[in-house]
Amino acid sequence: MLDQQRDYVLRTVEERGVRLIRLWFTDVLGNLKSFAISPAELENALEDGMTFDGSSIDGFSRVQESDVLAVPDANTFVMLPWADTKAPEARVFCDIHNLDGSPFGGDPRQVLRRNLQRAQKLGLDFLIAPDIEFFYFAPPEHGQPPRPLDEASFFDLTTTDVTGTLRKETIRTLETMSIPVEYSFHEDAPSQHEIDLRHTDALTMADSVMTFRLVVKEVAAAQGVHATFMPKPLEGVQGSGMHLHLSLFDNDGNAFYSADDSYNLSDTAKKFMAGLLFHASEITAITNQTVNSYKRLVPGFEAPVHVSWARNNRSGLIRVPVPKRANPLATRIEYRSPDPACNPYLAFSVILAAGLRGIEQGYELPAEADANLFEMGDDALQKLGIDQLPQSLSDALRVMESSSLVHEALGEHIFEWFLRNKRSEWRGYKTQVTPFELNRYLRSI
Amino acid sequence: MDLVAVFPEPPPPELARTLDLAGYRWKAFASADEVAKSEPAEGWMGAIVCADAEIENAWAVCRALRKKDVLQVPLLLLVTGAQLDELTLRDELFDDFCLLPFHPRELEARLRHLFAFTASSPRPDLVDYGELVLNLETYQASVGGQPLDLTYMEYELLKFLVQNPGKVFTREILLSRVWGYDYYGGARTVDVHIRRLRAKLGEEHANLIQTVRSVGYRFGQSRWGN
Repeated sequence: MLDQQRDYVLRTVEERGVRLIRLWFTDVLGNLKSFAISPAELENALEDGMTFDGSSIDGFSRVQESDVLAVPDANTFVMLPWADTKAPEARVFCDIHNLDGSPFGGDPRQVLRRNLQRAQKLGLDFLIAPDIEFFYFAPPEHGQPPRPLDEASFFDLTTTDVTGTLRKETIRTLETMSIPVEYSFHEDAPSQHEIDLRHTDALTMADSVMTFRLVVKEVAAAQGVHATFMPKPLEGVQGSGMHLHLSLFDNDGNAFYSADDSYNLSDTAKKFMAGLLFHASEITAITNQTVNSYKRLVPGFEAPVHVSWARNNRSGLIRVPVPKRANPLATRIEYRSPDPACNPYLAFSVILAAGLRGIEQGYELPAEADANLFEMGDDALQKLGIDQLPQSLSDALRVMESSSLVHEALGEHIFEWFLRNKRSEWRGYKTQVTPFELNRYLRSI
Repeated sequence: MDLVAVFPEPPPPELARTLDLAGYRWKAFASADEVAKSEPAEGWMGAIVCADAEIENAWAVCRALRKKDVLQVPLLLLVTGAQLDELTLRDELFDDFCLLPFHPRELEARLRHLFAFTASSPRPDLVDYGELVLNLETYQASVGGQPLDLTYMEYELLKFLVQNPGKVFTREILLSRVWGYDYYGGARTVDVHIRRLRAKLGEEHANLIQTVRSVGYRFGQSRWGN
């Protein structure tokens, strides 16, 4: 199979006259990295990988052991639709290895592979469908607040609008890159949009999210528009989330489905949910990794604040959507806290690890919380045993640091580097004197 | 061009004996990779793949032998009676087969016949359905003359469907025949790839792949009409 994939890639490069092959990989923070090779080098790259100096990549190597190997995953080879047709280009995602061939501990894609192998040992495949929100703005000027392109709101017909055209072009590009789109619409906030991708296996989906963010930005930039996945770019309106629809499949089909349960949830699904809820605070630094992420996780904007679940309650952390036509294949859970600024490989890894822990150790699912939690007082919540998610990056890091689950899921290299990097981000933020403080205190104190 | 490739290594003793008595020069291999790497410059005279112990590896060897050569290597498959179902929809992977345990004289006769008449027969390198054309030699697909940008698995799935038009396939059959054992993502993988292929075929041709409710998929028109 591998040989044939290699042949397929080499032959396609030859037949289509591809001039450049872009090797893609991801740093620890989830930034897409790329270097290009010529077709002449491709065969060698597919066989042995390409050596490069990892010390130039955030969170990769320490200087004394800096060389690593990028090995293309031939299965991810696609033509780049935006390349010049006279000089075609293609991309392929890479796994990063140490020079001795072992998986490199700083590579998020390898981390996800390792976590998925754990699920596969249990006979389970992890499927994900994300709903990704983002904003279109006029090109940002330094220090100025972002300017929305339209004032339309949810589901408004904005056909004459440039943003509608952008979205259409984005979807066309995604589909030609093997990323099927389920829905797309104008979201609540001005200039906010949502594109929902069709489910696929977690590794392919993490690759797809990386590609998605690039495509959205590239298509917008070509029209002089700035697209951003910043979790909360505008005060007073909804932020951008990346709700994840999750399910596990085994040989018999959807392992989350049971015909006998009133919500059609299997025991496996309930234990997975219990694991995710129990460890939610520990994994929040990974699913919500910026200072700004925590400005989205506040009451009143359809983002979760409390660690709870419900069938149809958008204030909860986990929602259990009602499948169309009661289709067993569509039974799934929706994890609502992640935002699109996360590193998808790491986020999917810790979410899976939390869920699997629940399955392996038989966690008990707490009672459903179907009331609007935003309207309940702290006492009432405490009585129900409902905790809050971490309120800041600093809080989230503190919980993560003491989590053996996250440590194990990410591995020593990334766990340690991530905490160090994000603490420094928090320190940078904490030393700021904000407009809020000036407005509130300067004159009154 | 007088060397016969044999899988597995070591081959069953009675197979080795039969080949020796019949005067064939042969060499046994333990994997598809080894067979591919050891191919003599002038090609194999033929191949004998014994599938009883490791059927998935046996298919991998067959696929490797059929991979890119325009000239087919005549290939004889040895299977047990219990494995006969596995042959369905894999006709392109072998030329003849013989049941295990085999009768030495029967095997000898089949090999003589196979190597005499099918050596170096060219295999078709174009398959088409309406405006859709696949070039099996170059791995390129096009619709209405426009090239389709496909990933490897999308190409393999489309190839399988175009080679078997009008038949209904379950997800499980597609998974085992197209992905083989080396797949990732379970039966939902099939749906995901079908969805991707439809998008790439474009609105006009997306309905070439039809969903047959609660069964699976069919490519092209049913032979019984619609």
